[in-house]
Amino acid sequence: MPKAVDTSTKFSEYAHPERIVSTQWLEEHLGSDGLVVVESDEDILLYEIGHIPGSVKVDWHTDLNDPVNRDYIDGEEFSALMSLKGISRDTTVVIYGDKSNWWAAYALWVFSLFGHEDVRLLDGGRDKWIAEERPFTTERSMPKRTEYPVCDRRDEAIRAFLPDVINHFGKPLIDVRSPQEYSGERTTMPAYPEEGALRGGHIPTAASVPWGRAAAEDGTFRDRAELDAIYRDEAGLSDNDDVVAYCRIGERSSHTWFVLTHLLGFENVRNYDGSWTEWGNAVRVPIIRGEERGEEPKGYNSK
Amino acid sequence: MTTERPLPAQLAEIIDDFQELEEPDRLQLLLEFSRGLPPLPDRYTEHPGLMEQVVECQTPLFLALEVTPESGDIHLFFAAPKEAPTTRGFAAVLHEGLDGLDAATILAIPDDVPDRLGLSRAITPLRMRGMTAMLGRIKRKIREAVPAP
Repeated sequence: MPKAVDTSTKFSEYAHPERIVSTQWLEEHLGSDGLVVVESDEDILLYEIGHIPGSVKVDWHTDLNDPVNRDYIDGEEFSALMSLKGISRDTTVVIYGDKSNWWAAYALWVFSLFGHEDVRLLDGGRDKWIAEERPFTTERSMPKRTEYPVCDRRDEAIRAFLPDVINHFGKPLIDVRSPQEYSGERTTMPAYPEEGALRGGHIPTAASVPWGRAAAEDGTFRDRAELDAIYRDEAGLSDNDDVVAYCRIGERSSHTWFVLTHLLGFENVRNYDGSWTEWGNAVRVPIIRGEERGEEPKGYNSK
Repeated sequence: MTTERPLPAQLAEIIDDFQELEEPDRLQLLLEFSRGLPPLPDRYTEHPGLMEQVVECQTPLFLALEVTPESGDIHLFFAAPKEAPTTRGFAAVLHEGLDGLDAATILAIPDDVPDRLGLSRAITPLRMRGMTAMLGRIKRKIREAVPAP
């Protein structure tokens, strides 16, 4: 049985309020049957220094990525992971994490690749929970092993690959990286080491909307009107648009994918997880340097 | 083939401690290190401007280095936020592994030492590079502070 939807007024304006819960909702439901709380952070040791009581840790790097191929785990590995974390196919999963839910949104997107039905984000994530002095512990959770069916990973609907992006020219692209990465001045976030891309810049025609703009100062998502102003009025998205979002390796763009899909209700949004570390290294793909979006390249797609 | 100088005992011991463990326990050990990072002396907490930021690290990490006049021993001081346990852990490993050694000994430490902790699979490449950058920064500051013999 899925848990009740959080009926906060702010959430009721979102397209899919069933995808998000408040810290208050979570505290009220903590420990109830059919609910598992998952923490997913950038820092691999953060969970160990304190977490929401009963929550389990899923690490984006060691748990969700394949250690050899540049890809995600497969259906069998996902099933084994879920069973280890005490999650069943009908469990309501609430994910939270550091940095305005940056990695939490990434984990949610990977759960969605396997079609896990009821997966939600905690609005405001780890920082808000701590700021409100809600229950916190270092006690290790001991989930009871569950049976989780082996489900195929279904990439098509929400994941874009490089050839898909080449065929996508003419339709909206959102670049969620920092302005310096977009212009090509840097190939990774400010204050992070330069790594991994031979060329700097952005995919032609992509609109620059840094992912963090969807979050308020306290790490919660901005309300519906503010998000509409950013993505519709400013970036120019409109209903029924087919959208691809990308960043450096696909994590920040998962956050934007979540916003566009679940908060604003766009039905065709894909995350290009190859992102700049693939595009900026690929041979003979077009790149724009500077702040302009650039023209739609001709002769690339099959149109 | 060049023969490598053996690692200083205090650093070699840490690497052995990590290598003896299975991977999840290595992370646990790194966490213990992060808890043991010594607090800054007052002269730095009161004057944070005396420390230098290592920008290659994902989380803010500040570093200061002092040379004891007679002995030439190097002393290291690190500051990183509590919410960055991995960065703190790396800083603590370098502190315990290098503090009190002389300039020549530290400069002779191979740059790939962070990889020898056996954490490369668990920690993202970006973060491992942060630790390598910390070691690089320490060496650079030593070269600036101690004239070459």
